[in-house]
Amino acid sequence: MAGGQREKFKNPAVEWIDSRLPVFTLMQKEYGVFPTPKNFNYFWNFGAIAMFMLVTMIVTGITLAMQYTADTALAFDATERIMRDVNYGWLIRYIHMNGASFFFIAVYTHIFRGMYYGSYKQPRELLWILGVVIFLLMMATAFMGYVLPWGQMSYWGATVITNLFSAIPIVGDDIVTLLWGGFSVDNPTLKRFFALHYLLPFVICAVVFLHVWALHVTGSNNPSGVEAKGKQDTLPFHPYYTMKDTFGLVVFITIYAAFVFFLPNALGHPDNYIPANPLVTPAHIVPEWYFLPFYAILRAITFDIGIPFTDIVFIEAKLGGVLAMFGAIVMLLIMPWLDTHPVRSARYRPQFKKLLLVFVFGVFVLGYAGSQPADRVYWQTCIGSEAACAVDDHHGEVAHAAPAGEDHAAEEKAPMVLKVDNTMLAQFFTVYYFLFFLVLLPLLSRKEVALPIPESIHQAVLDKKAAKAADSK
Amino acid sequence: MKKSIVSVLFVAFAMLGSVNIAHAAGDAVKPPKMEWSFSGPFGTYDKAALQRGFLVFKSVCASCHSMKRIAFRNLEALGYSEGQIKAIAAEYTVMDGPDDEGEMFERAARPSDMFPSPFANDAAAKYANNGALPPDLSLITKARVGGADYLHAILTGYEDAPEHVHLMPGQYYNKYMSGGVIAMPTPLIDDQVMYEDGSPTTVDQYASDVSHFLNWAAEPELEVRKRMGIKVIIFLTIFAFVMYGVKRKIWSDLH
Ligand code: HEC
Ligand code: HEM
Repeated sequence: MAGGQREKFKNPAVEWIDSRLPVFTLMQKEYGVFPTPKNFNYFWNFGAIAMFMLVTMIVTGITLAMQYTADTALAFDATERIMRDVNYGWLIRYIHMNGASFFFIAVYTHIFRGMYYGSYKQPRELLWILGVVIFLLMMATAFMGYVLPWGQMSYWGATVITNLFSAIPIVGDDIVTLLWGGFSVDNPTLKRFFALHYLLPFVICAVVFLHVWALHVTGSNNPSGVEAKGKQDTLPFHPYYTMKDTFGLVVFITIYAAFVFFLPNALGHPDNYIPANPLVTPAHIVPEWYFLPFYAILRAITFDIGIPFTDIVFIEAKLGGVLAMFGAIVMLLIMPWLDTHPVRSARYRPQFKKLLLVFVFGVFVLGYAGSQPADRVYWQTCIGSEAACAVDDHHGEVAHAAPAGEDHAAEEKAPMVLKVDNTMLAQFFTVYYFLFFLVLLPLLSRKEVALPIPESIHQAVLDKKAAKAADSK
Repeated sequence: MKKSIVSVLFVAFAMLGSVNIAHAAGDAVKPPKMEWSFSGPFGTYDKAALQRGFLVFKSVCASCHSMKRIAFRNLEALGYSEGQIKAIAAEYTVMDGPDDEGEMFERAARPSDMFPSPFANDAAAKYANNGALPPDLSLITKARVGGADYLHAILTGYEDAPEHVHLMPGQYYNKYMSGGVIAMPTPLIDDQVMYEDGSPTTVDQYASDVSHFLNWAAEPELEVRKRMGIKVIIFLTIFAFVMYGVKRKIWSDLH
């Protein structure tokens, strides 16, 4: 960064600073003339969008913190005071609340872009891993932030999720006590969550800095997946991408604003407008939407893992669920080593493309499954006498119509019920999730024959133009 | 272009999906959709309905439910004058103090006071209501799936219990309540509250008016929010078109 030749700036003030601390040279190099592949599509906007969201969250968050009180007796009221009595407090809070959702939309799209175009592959592995670290930090931050208004979902979500750590052998209970600062989710928990919720976004900033630094070492990938080789492949970042990013960003902000002003609570849960009450458990405890796929994976493990037909259990269901949930993220971390196919972009890998799109579909289904009660039945049929397995519509459970006392008769006619319930749905797509990473990616790496890839980015652009021209004839 | 459409669809899909899944359905009957003047992007409150709703709240609901996040001065938004608000507040007494001698004393409420609660604390409220706690109503439309629709439904949804439902004393059947059983006795009957503006004095009208009012209590910022939202969206849309033009212009020397 430092040293080397430095071009002089015309403006004397700028030159005075730059000759002592070359920040202007740095900006010019990294964001002005930075050579950027010329064939980006709009998926490449989402990094900049995520950056904007991060700044938005920090600015609105600090503003909220000026009025918020981290005390179980006061937190809910303080939040309502912000909504009602602080000037434009409702605006700041709704921007922050919906901002979390839109930050995740941006980052999920950003991750998908990376997967689809093979941006995680050599030489961008570390860039990718730093991204996954950001994602993990975001999840921790969002989880703790959701606890702060101290509504019913805040309290019960925190209780369910922190309890998970107790599944870890030996140290689990100590970890939970440490998280809680006591023996249940209570005032010390709220206070430490507030402190950490304030801290983590700045840690995210630091990791984003490394992320972008790494990006500027390797340069960006692009939709063709072919590395930029020379001048004819790239454009200076400014003005081409500064303007394109701004356009994409404004479109994104427009949708975001529509939610803030017209549907501010559509993405949240109404129960969080009820003050936390440790004595009343909500009917369904559901996390925020961006956690739902992982929540579904967590709940999909309903069985102990051990030696079949014995009592020996290695992994209890609860620990299994926790491992699966964290494992799902570990899959992302090690993805560069699971997929070693030499071709990056899914454009030229038809089989990878199909399996990846099924994977994305599966994640959406997991998200849906995570929002539904575990015992919800989607489909069932009876083998044997129909009357014996009448369905109780209310809970979707099978009620045995045989009156009590006639146990014996009931046993003989015991109906066979085939059904698909929510747990099975989640299990099916959890299996596919891991199958995709652990089996399909390595398999494709060895077996898939890719389509011919263009020689260069320039060539890819020309090919596309030719195809378009042929199309319109 | 195809790619950009795909990405826009992707984002839209992600959001629609999440809107739907955020509200996992309960097991009660879905409240019917009502027409509210405050729904939609241009929605505003109907001041006459708010005043009628406040009257219903004050004369019926307030004997069991608190509305502790609303101050008398907030009633200005319903179209009351300062004098009227003073008069409304003066109907209530609140505890104040300690005075110079260290004694607590009662005085008439002032516009800056919050709405007094009918019971001293939750325990007293439960004791008076067969063990069920009447929830504070200042946030109720935000705290229930369906909002004002749900509120209107619950107030009009009392029925005789179907045969398989067994009610304990102090329980009532309401098809919109999750589980069907509610501890609130039928709160509204026809001609219970006199309206001065000639609106019908029916349960349905009362229910609409009080739901309208309680939606205001939960979202007093709604009108300002939507008005500002329209301006922001118009600005951003124009800005987006301008940026699109700028981008096209800059990129045109390449195509
Ligand atoms: C006689 C006392 C009483 C009166 C009067 C009364 N309520 Fe209630 N209300 C209750 C009780 C008790 C509950 C708790 C019910 C339960 O938990 O089953 C309740 C619950 C509610 C609920 C919550 C239902 C839910 O989804 O949990 C709403 C909304 C409500 N009341 C609105 C009103 C409105 C509006 C009025 C005035 C028109 C009113 N109440 C008048 C006693 C009353
Ligand atoms: C706070 C969140 C994040 C911010 C602010 C951020 C920012 C950025 C920016 C500005 C870029 C360059 C523009 C672009 O290519 O879109 C980028 C590139 C990249 N990011 Fe992120 N990012 C974030 C999270 C993530 C996550 C969670 C991942 C993956 C798990 C990730 C993986 C990548 C990769 C692989 C690239 C290079 C893309 C390419 O060249 O094809 N990022 N990031």
